[in-house]
Amino acid sequence: MEYIMIFIVAVFVNNVVLSQFLGICPFLGVSKKVETSIGMGAAVTFVLALSTIVTFLIQKYVLDPFGLGYMQTISFILVIAALVQMVEIILKKVSPALYQALGIFLPLITTNCCVLGVAILVIQKDYNLLESVVYAISTALGFALALVIFAGIREQLAMTNIPKGLQGTPIALITAGLLAMAFMGFSGIGS
Amino acid sequence: MNGIITENPTFVLLLGMCPTLGTTSSALNGMSMGLATLFVLICSNMAISAVKKLVPDMVRIPVYIVIIATFVTVVQFCMEAYTPALYASLGLYIPLIVVNCIVLGRAESFASKNGIVASGFDGLGSGLGFTLALTLLGACRELLGTGKLFGLTLAPEEYGSLIFILAPGGFLALGYLIAIVNKLRKA
Repeated sequence: MEYIMIFIVAVFVNNVVLSQFLGICPFLGVSKKVETSIGMGAAVTFVLALSTIVTFLIQKYVLDPFGLGYMQTISFILVIAALVQMVEIILKKVSPALYQALGIFLPLITTNCCVLGVAILVIQKDYNLLESVVYAISTALGFALALVIFAGIREQLAMTNIPKGLQGTPIALITAGLLAMAFMGFSGIGS
Repeated sequence: MNGIITENPTFVLLLGMCPTLGTTSSALNGMSMGLATLFVLICSNMAISAVKKLVPDMVRIPVYIVIIATFVTVVQFCMEAYTPALYASLGLYIPLIVVNCIVLGRAESFASKNGIVASGFDGLGSGLGFTLALTLLGACRELLGTGKLFGLTLAPEEYGSLIFILAPGGFLALGYLIAIVNKLRKA
């Protein structure tokens, strides 16, 4: 039950993009087509789950016992960067098809702030390993959900007549604002 | 000095969107976040420019990230010690300066090719542009949301609509601000 609650809260109530403002760059950048947004969502889910496990173990077994808490930011970002690189190399060997599908999105993920954000958040929230993994995966699914919905709206938007001044980024941001308003309807659940 | 207006990192280049939206619920928060990023930008730009000849091309990005993360940690601890209230309200976004694309972007595109002093000024320009944008957005949201500006009451609280302080208002306000900036740039 507790895990289901973490899942629902992370996907709908505290959606990572629409209410916590993490990962806005890929949200605006790769949301022009539904197809690419699904690829990006899958890549983020994969990396987020992996990186949260690794950073969690580093925090508990390396940083905490040796009193190196101040190295948190530095070590986490290095781990994430190395992990993304490693995932890229392994995928290329093991599953060229998946690599083809996720390929271009993988390097972009290092600078996706929701990866580092979630790694730090699970430490702050004092979750255990299983809770952290559930939280990481549901956050990533929330990201994918927001991204796919947004891409669907933008595909339609591309065919409509938009006032000149609002074309491009402004209308995208305003659409995101309306989407965020819709997600506010979930607030209150789980509190 | 291009960074302030014509190449403003937020309004024109659309970099660093997460802190832009996440920390601008009031003018003061926006400005503090901008200044923290400004400090990191100047220091990391100068440090990277100083070591640029020693770093092999292959590993330059990890080296840059470590340098940036070091300065971010410095800022994080200074804020925790001297401005605990501010540290609490900016929260997660302070460590996230590491992954702000503006910082790595300036390191890669400017500091790795230019001298120390020039890189310092480049960091100052981009940082000021970012600070300006965040303060402006924070001021708009605070004014529309609560009728206050930097904590000073300008209009009665009842005129404020809470939505601008909450998440959707951030997107809406930034969308319209960018539309206005686009219009001004073309004129």
